[in-house]
Amino acid sequence: MLKLSGVVTSYGSLPVLKGVSLEVKGGEIVCLLGGNASGKSTTMKTILGTVPPRKGTIEFDGQRIDGLPTAEIVRRGISLVPEGRRIFARMTVWENLVMGAFTRREAPADELTEDLERIYGLFPRLRERRDQLGGTLSGGEQQMLAIGRALMSRPRLLLMDEPSMGLAPALVDLVFDIIREINSRGMTILVVEQNASVALSMAHRGYVLKNGRIVMHDRASALLEAEGVRRAYLGEA
Amino acid sequence: MSLWMQRTALFLLTLAAPHLVPNDYWIGVLTRICLYTTLALGLNVVVGFAGLLDLGYVAFYGIGSYIYAFLASPHFALHLSFWVALPLTVAIAAVSGILLGAPTLRLRGDYLAIVTLGFGEIVYLLLINGDRPVNITNGVNGILGIDPPRLGSLTFSRNHEYYYLFLAFLLLALLISTRLAHSRIGWAWQAIREDEVAARVMGINTTKAKLQAFAVGASFAGIGGGLLASWQRSVFPDNFLFYESINILAMVILGGVGNLAGVVVGATLLVALPEIFRGFHRYRMLAYGLMLIVLMIFRPRGLFEGNRVGRREPETSTLEEETLSLVEPGPPVGQ
Repeated sequence: MLKLSGVVTSYGSLPVLKGVSLEVKGGEIVCLLGGNASGKSTTMKTILGTVPPRKGTIEFDGQRIDGLPTAEIVRRGISLVPEGRRIFARMTVWENLVMGAFTRREAPADELTEDLERIYGLFPRLRERRDQLGGTLSGGEQQMLAIGRALMSRPRLLLMDEPSMGLAPALVDLVFDIIREINSRGMTILVVEQNASVALSMAHRGYVLKNGRIVMHDRASALLEAEGVRRAYLGEA
Repeated sequence: MSLWMQRTALFLLTLAAPHLVPNDYWIGVLTRICLYTTLALGLNVVVGFAGLLDLGYVAFYGIGSYIYAFLASPHFALHLSFWVALPLTVAIAAVSGILLGAPTLRLRGDYLAIVTLGFGEIVYLLLINGDRPVNITNGVNGILGIDPPRLGSLTFSRNHEYYYLFLAFLLLALLISTRLAHSRIGWAWQAIREDEVAARVMGINTTKAKLQAFAVGASFAGIGGGLLASWQRSVFPDNFLFYESINILAMVILGGVGNLAGVVVGATLLVALPEIFRGFHRYRMLAYGLMLIVLMIFRPRGLFEGNRVGRREPETSTLEEETLSLVEPGPPVGQ
C-alpha cells in the first residue's frame, strides 16, 4: 500500500533521513521505532508531504506521491494524527472534527454527518463533549479527538506520531486498544512510538530507525525478542 | 426583539444618524467612524481571523490613499472616475498585501509583528522621500486637488453625502467579512490561528491562506485609503504614521479580536470617545487612555468575546442562534 524507497530528507543542508526504505501492506499495523532524533517524525512529515524528500520515491497504491502537496496526499487517503495531538484548542470538538474533513470539499453534508456518527460511535465521549472547546478536554480525550479528526478525511492509511506521548499508563492502554479496534475495521496504520514494548505487542511488523537509517526490520514478535531492541528500547541490559 | 428587527432598527439608525447629531462637525465624526470601521474590519481579517499580528497595517492604508491620489488628481494629470479609480486602488492594495505578506510567511507572533512594523515605517519613508530623484509622491507636501467622487449629477462635497458613501462601503466590508468568517477560507484561517502545523496536516494550504488574508486585509485598507483621499481631497505622509496602525489595532482588540460586532463597536468607540472627551480639554487623551485601561482590566478579551466567529453544530443550534453569536458574547473559554 505504502512504499518508501531510498528516501532522503534534509532540513537545509542537514540530512535527517539518509535513505529510508520501508513498506506498509494493506490491513497491517506497522510500527516505526527509534530513539530521539532518529528521524521518526521526519519520516511521517515526508510521507505526508509537509517536508519534501530530496531523493527517493514514495508510492501509495502504486502511484508516486512524493512531491505532491499535502492537500492532495490527504485527499488520496493518507491522514496523520500529529505528535502532541495538536487539536484546535479554541474550537469545539465538532469544529475540530469538521476541520478534519477540510479536503473533502465536494462531500455532501449527509455523508459528513454519517462519518461524524461513526466517530461518535467509536468515541462516545466526543459526542458528549461535542460543543465543548477542544482545549478543555483531558489528554486522553484530546487524543481521541485527534484520532477522530484524522479519520474525518476518510483515510485508507492512518499515520500516528507518538500516540502515547504524555498520557497516563491506563490511557496508553486505552489508546492502543482504539488503534487495534480501528485496524480490525480494516484501517492500515503506520505508528511511530518510543514506547516500544506496547507498540510491538500491538503491531504486525516493525522497523527500527537509527540516525536516519533503517537498522532492523522484522515481525513485531521477533523484534520484541531481538537483542538489540531489548537493549536499546526496552530498558534491559 | 428578533434579530431581524434589531438589525433593521440598527440599519435605520445608521441611515438617520446624520440628522440626529447637532452639527456638521459630528457628521464628519460619523463619517470617520465608517472609515475606521472599514479599516478595522480589514485588519481583523489578518489579526482576528488568521491570527497574524500585523503592526504595519497603515502601510496598506497609505498605499491605497496614494494610489487613489495618483489616479484622480492633477498630480499625474490623471482624472479617472471614482468608480474606476477605487477598484484599481483596491486591486493594487491587494497585490501590495501579497508582496509584503510573502516575505513574512515563515514568521509568527512577535517576529511577524516586528517585520510588519518595519514595513509600515518603510512605506511612510517612501512617501516622504518619494519626491526625489523623480517626483512620485510629492514628499512632505503631499498630493492636493484630488477629485471628489461623482454619482450621476451629484458631485460629493458635503459631509453627509460622504457619510452615506462611506456607510455603503462599510456595509460592503461587513458583508464580505461575515461571508468570509463562515466560508471555507474562514475555517482555514481559524485553523491556522489555532495551530499552523495541525492546519497543514489537515490539508490546508497555509501559504495560500495566509497570503489571502493579507490580500483581503490590504484591500479593505485600499478602500479606506481611496475613501480618505477622495474625502480629504488631499493626502500627506503624516496621515499614515505608526500611531494609526496602533489605533486601528486597538479598535480590533477593544471590541474582541475576530468578533465582527466587536470590531464595529470598538472602532465606533475609539473614534467617538476622543470627541466626547473634548470637554476635558487638555486632559482629553488622559481620560481616553484611562478608559482603555479600565476596559482591558474588566473585559480582557474585549467588549465582545473575542476569537470566536460564531459557529455551532447545526443540529444543536438554529441558524438564528448561529448568527446571534456574532453580536453576543460566545461561550466562556475555560482553560
